[in-house]
Amino acid sequence: MRSKIKDGTPRASIGLKMATFGALLFLHLPLMIVILYAFTTDEASFSFPPPGLTTRWFSEILTRNDFIQALGLSITVALVATFMALVMGTLLSLAIYRSKFFGREAISLLVILPIALPGIVTGIALRSAISLTGINFSFWTIVIGHATFCIVTVYNNVVARLRRTNYSQIEASMDLGASTFQTFRYVILPNIATALLAGGMLAFALSFDEVIVTTFTAGQQQTLPIWIYGQLFRPRDRPVTNVAALFVIAATFIPILLAYRFTNEARE
Amino acid sequence: MATVPTNPPQPSLMRRLGAFFFRHPNWSLVALLILPLFWLGVFYLGSLAALLTQSFFRLDGFTGRVIRQFGLETYQKHLFTPSNMDVIGRTFLMALAVTIMSAIIAFPLAYYMARYATYRTRGILYLLVLLPLWSSYIVRVYTWKIILSQEGVLTWLLNLCGLGGVLQAVLSIPGIGGSSLSFSILGTFIVFVYIWLPYMILPINTALERVPKSVIEASSDLGASPGYTFRHVILPLAWPGVVAGSIFTFSLTLGDYIIPGVIGNSSFFIGQVVFVQQGTAGNIPLAAAFTVIPIVIMAIYLLIARQQGAFDAL
Amino acid sequence: MSAQPSASLAIRMMDVSRHFGDVKAVDHLNLDIYDGEFFSLLGPSGSGKTTCLRLIAGFEQPSSGSILLHGQEMAGVPPFERDVNTVFQDYALFPHMTVGQNVGYGLMIKKVPKVEINRRVTEMLEMVRLPGLDNRKPSQLSGGQRQRVALARALVNHPRVLLLDEPLGALDLKLRQQMQIELKAIQQQVGITFIFVTHDQEEALTMSDRLAVFNLGKIEQIGTPAEVYERPTTGFVAGFVGTSNLVKGDLAQKLTGSNQTFSIRPEKIFITSLDKYVTEDMCSVTGTIRDVIYLGVYTRYLIEVEGGTDLTVVQQNLEVTSMDVLSARGNRVLLVWSKSNNRPLVGA
Repeated sequence: MRSKIKDGTPRASIGLKMATFGALLFLHLPLMIVILYAFTTDEASFSFPPPGLTTRWFSEILTRNDFIQALGLSITVALVATFMALVMGTLLSLAIYRSKFFGREAISLLVILPIALPGIVTGIALRSAISLTGINFSFWTIVIGHATFCIVTVYNNVVARLRRTNYSQIEASMDLGASTFQTFRYVILPNIATALLAGGMLAFALSFDEVIVTTFTAGQQQTLPIWIYGQLFRPRDRPVTNVAALFVIAATFIPILLAYRFTNEARE
Repeated sequence: MATVPTNPPQPSLMRRLGAFFFRHPNWSLVALLILPLFWLGVFYLGSLAALLTQSFFRLDGFTGRVIRQFGLETYQKHLFTPSNMDVIGRTFLMALAVTIMSAIIAFPLAYYMARYATYRTRGILYLLVLLPLWSSYIVRVYTWKIILSQEGVLTWLLNLCGLGGVLQAVLSIPGIGGSSLSFSILGTFIVFVYIWLPYMILPINTALERVPKSVIEASSDLGASPGYTFRHVILPLAWPGVVAGSIFTFSLTLGDYIIPGVIGNSSFFIGQVVFVQQGTAGNIPLAAAFTVIPIVIMAIYLLIARQQGAFDAL
Repeated sequence: MSAQPSASLAIRMMDVSRHFGDVKAVDHLNLDIYDGEFFSLLGPSGSGKTTCLRLIAGFEQPSSGSILLHGQEMAGVPPFERDVNTVFQDYALFPHMTVGQNVGYGLMIKKVPKVEINRRVTEMLEMVRLPGLDNRKPSQLSGGQRQRVALARALVNHPRVLLLDEPLGALDLKLRQQMQIELKAIQQQVGITFIFVTHDQEEALTMSDRLAVFNLGKIEQIGTPAEVYERPTTGFVAGFVGTSNLVKGDLAQKLTGSNQTFSIRPEKIFITSLDKYVTEDMCSVTGTIRDVIYLGVYTRYLIEVEGGTDLTVVQQNLEVTSMDVLSARGNRVLLVWSKSNNRPLVGA
């Protein structure tokens, strides 16, 4: 699509460009710094500039059992929560996108609420409810919390895609003999596939990164962000924590980039 | 061309079910909604309701157990004490300061993205703004711990510029200072702004993108200087976006307990009080009552924001 | 030569109504369509013709009345259980499937073996003159090609009735005219019933064996193209199918002796000189030529006659040039036509 801006675009002032660049730098510099620190030879402090560079922390972290376990837990929780969010988000989108029924706006609000209210509210609400019922805090309580606020990312993506889908396709499918379920399988699902993928990746990143609600809904387990949080108060472990931080950045960056790719491809 | 005789066998169960749902759109709506609404309704709304109820209970000081009777004692005797009101006030002011600062930093960037960036550049800029947002929250807090520490980058930079003395002076101001940047209210402020910044950038950008170029051209065509156009045309039109972004910065700051805990000094914010109260103190009613505060503030804020048109800018 | 409709009924609609709240999309429709017919539903936007089609297809359910498909009651039967296929106005091709997969979709659903599907798809693509395009995606096709794929996709299932919802609307004029001929040929070759929705009366007159004229949810007239054109029963039909002059009141009284409104086609009126001798079986009236529009093959004249009415007259440009006709503006002339061409109208 050719840019609609004609060749007479005013140029931005130097001041504006500097402010823009400054803001971007402000956003990204800290991340670059932590990546730098993953290679520092300094064991005990955050001295700048780093005295030397090494990669030995990368191999050291793999010997840390607590890190490996936390990593495994984070991945598993994210996978299960994403799956549940995919199912429920899709069901909700299918219900909402065409019908105009009473309560439709209320449902849209309800879906967004877990993410709109401060994490501590959600966290403490879930915690007190769970302890009231006497259930143990475990893997599943973590998943319940995560799935709840991940629904919205899937929902938003799928609804947006459904709204752009040509509805007469669905009628055509039924006209040609496909039942409601067959139409879903052969026509609707392929059309929302990339939206599901994008929403799922966003949900995965969201779950993988979450710490506030998880602190309240976990028992003895540690997800990776909780592990890092704990590490913040242990100076001797700093280098290893830096590597873990680097790892988490990669693990959330990549799905986001992919999700961005998928939504953009589909837009063309 | 001969017509193939069509004598379909009795349709399978799936087909009959599909036919049923086709004929009865209301039932298919119910079938679609039952699982997610149950989940959200029971797990989420139910928990919220339980929390709210708990705020009306009270903790027995002697036995340490929660007495399940409705009353306003928790609110009157424990929430509205001077020190707790301090906490609430401090959190509110921080949220306000963070919101204002984010808006100031975000606006030029959003403005550039909306008005001057080409189509391709805008996509890249979007990505650059989104990436930090989606990369790990805890890691981003952690990086600032590194940067703000006494031996870290920022102090090194300030010393390089000969501003070391200024830093010490600022840190000794009560109310915003602390023992070092990484244990101070000022540091907390900086980190809050950093973490929530993308939430402010995106809605402002959306609002600015919607300002038609022709409106700005008309304004200068009618004789207005660029400054005048900005103040009287662009800013009012972008305002709903600013308010929309502020919803996030305000709400997120109100409830956060990790950043003040990691970067702050010993003065508590609402989130930390809640955390402590429900944890070691076991005082769930008080914790619940404290949570009600941000909820109420946000409810009011949302009403104002809606009136300012923020919801259309999301 | 049009196919003779056989005596068996493909579709019977009995007293069918469809309400949306207060709005009556279709109101007490009664319609019989026979096997093998090319039947058109003609009318302006909002007249109910598309709703009628969707009722037959099964996308809408009647609020009252019944629809019979080859004698079987279709109440409550969803579209995927009806032996009817539709060609949609926007073609509704599946963008994520190839042309071959699109065309074979209905067969795939019916679990026809793959080999057979391929054979029939190839055969059908040849019939619609798109051989070899199996592996293209719809986004790579032109509008005309997509339209043929939609047609192939519907026909490959050998339905007994094919519904077409303004399928030629998006095509340019030349392509439309070409497709009209092709569609008609295909229908005669395949021999099934075609039900064709259009707002273009010329299209309906060209292609149909019979047609129904819709207006505001009701059917005003059903008949062959010749019947509907030459003997319109209502003012609406007279005005919608072709153009027509409506003569009413005093002028009607003067010309025919009764003040019943009648219609007279513009091409049936002759423009002559004022002193022309007029026989008993002719109507005549004087007037002034107010406007002349030269249209190449023929010229359209707008003539203001005594009594203040305007009559439109159309004459073929057999031996006159544009210069001649355009200079006729302002002339006083005599209009004559045969009384047998007057069509008295009901309820106009």
